[in-house]
Amino acid sequence: MKITPARVAEVARLARLTFTAEELERFAAQIGDILAYMDTLNSVDTAGIEPLYSPSGLAGVTREDVARQVNTRTETLANAPQTDGEFFIVPRIV
Amino acid sequence: MSEIHQLSLTQVRDLLSRGEITASEAVGACLGQIEATEPKISALLSVQGEQARNQAASLDASGPDPGKPLWGVPIVVKDAICAKHAPTTCASRILENFVPFYDAFAVARLREAGAIILAKSNMDEFAMGSSTENSAYGPTANPWDLARVPGGSSGGSAASVAARQCFGALGTDTGGSIRQPASFCGVVGLKPTYGRVSRFGLVAYGSSLDQIGPMARTPLDCAALLSVIAGHDPADSTSAREAVPDYEACVAARSERADLRGLRLGLPREFWGEGVDAEVRDACRAAVDAAVKLGADVVEVSLPHTSYAVATYYIVAMAEASSNLARFDGVRYGYRDPSATELIDLYEKSRGAGFGDEVKRRIVLGTYVLSAGYYDAYYRKAAQVRALLRRDFLTAFERCDVLCGPAAPFTAFGLMEKKDDPLQMYLSDIFTISLNLAGLPGLSLPVGLGRDSRLPVGLQLFGPAFGEEVILGTAQVLSQALAPLPMPRGLSA
Repeated sequence: MKITPARVAEVARLARLTFTAEELERFAAQIGDILAYMDTLNSVDTAGIEPLYSPSGLAGVTREDVARQVNTRTETLANAPQTDGEFFIVPRIV
Repeated sequence: MSEIHQLSLTQVRDLLSRGEITASEAVGACLGQIEATEPKISALLSVQGEQARNQAASLDASGPDPGKPLWGVPIVVKDAICAKHAPTTCASRILENFVPFYDAFAVARLREAGAIILAKSNMDEFAMGSSTENSAYGPTANPWDLARVPGGSSGGSAASVAARQCFGALGTDTGGSIRQPASFCGVVGLKPTYGRVSRFGLVAYGSSLDQIGPMARTPLDCAALLSVIAGHDPADSTSAREAVPDYEACVAARSERADLRGLRLGLPREFWGEGVDAEVRDACRAAVDAAVKLGADVVEVSLPHTSYAVATYYIVAMAEASSNLARFDGVRYGYRDPSATELIDLYEKSRGAGFGDEVKRRIVLGTYVLSAGYYDAYYRKAAQVRALLRRDFLTAFERCDVLCGPAAPFTAFGLMEKKDDPLQMYLSDIFTISLNLAGLPGLSLPVGLGRDSRLPVGLQLFGPAFGEEVILGTAQVLSQALAPLPMPRGLSA
């Protein structure tokens, strides 16, 4: 499957990644090869097969709806690139 | 005692529990071996030497505790797993300065059992790779040949155990990342059944595939580690409630019996045919012959969808990874690009600078296969093939107790040899990958050195769900019948 550098750039935008022009060229070729390999799955007959998304067989695992304090604010902010001691600070959004 | 670091985990554990050596001596021996071998192999990203010495001194002050099954034993932890107050970088620039304030469940369990966390080991960035060459901090060398890879992504843990820097290590396995490096480095590595060990505190790569598992020099050692880290954790909603057997006692009992009578050993034909180097096939075949001499019966079986496993795995793993790695956005932790002036710019620049090539490639592929118009064709289709792969295993287990085959088509390849061909790298995972898709347990056992390369060869044993006792017990009995590997020759280079 031929993937263009422009298509890689579109998908990268969805994933909030940037690439240089050189990276876009290189990745387009590698990703094209990998996707072509994945197309081999088209030859498997999966009619009527339920998809298996997780081998755990568990679903809807819940706990008691009781609030618990697990982490402190100080701990939670400890690795923050920018903080005012109360919040995570980010550049202006609007 | 100068050869403490040569002992197995259970041997040193027993000496510690009887007060014949102190925890400080055990830590000292490991730190000494780290100092001697790290310049050659670079297996570790950070060493918590002072913390380890302090912890050992504190343990020695109160004396051996029979209620702590790993009292005083130094363990290395792969850097994808959170250990409090120590860096957890996942071998990425984006987490270069990240220090978690909590322990992963598995690490907390090790500490409760009296183990000493010695160091964090090198890996492929975010566990994406099969050679540890994708680390942002440089590769690890295989202790058997310093010009070769240790395998990946748990290459640092495997090399550390092989080099006797520690008595055991935690690795993680999403597509073979414990078993393949164990095979390349000549150590034992186990991937438990999905859900057997909590993923709380493991930085997620493929959430339906990831498992933390033990790596050590004997199956009995792995059993001792598994007993401590396995069990239900309410903080992991995929954690299994199955009771945890006393794996060590089970393996010790089988080891006493010293035979494999009554064991039906299944050989999937897809694992023993073309595509396996002759020296690997011969070493594995010799191990199977040894098993037969011990009383096992060999059954030929088939896992017919094996040839689709790599494509299935990479679609599923990359899709899940693209979602899991969205959290690295420079907001709450990790690298933030200082030049960004607006939020989307912040995300793009921080992620662009912080992630390595392989990680970016997988995020882009994962995003692609989940995107509108492609989800059904790729992700849903792969999940259907996944169901068929699991069914292949369940069918095979109707006719045998344990499946076996080589861990890799070849022994350790050279550094830089496969680095520029990602697809070639992916294809080398062919024997390990389907187990993660099926969620079943498997280990790699060193069975000898390849005739041509003189490098370690690993044989995998796969079991049914929660069948860790059978595969560990079988591995221990088999290992006792095989000649032990010599010391890795790269260390004396």
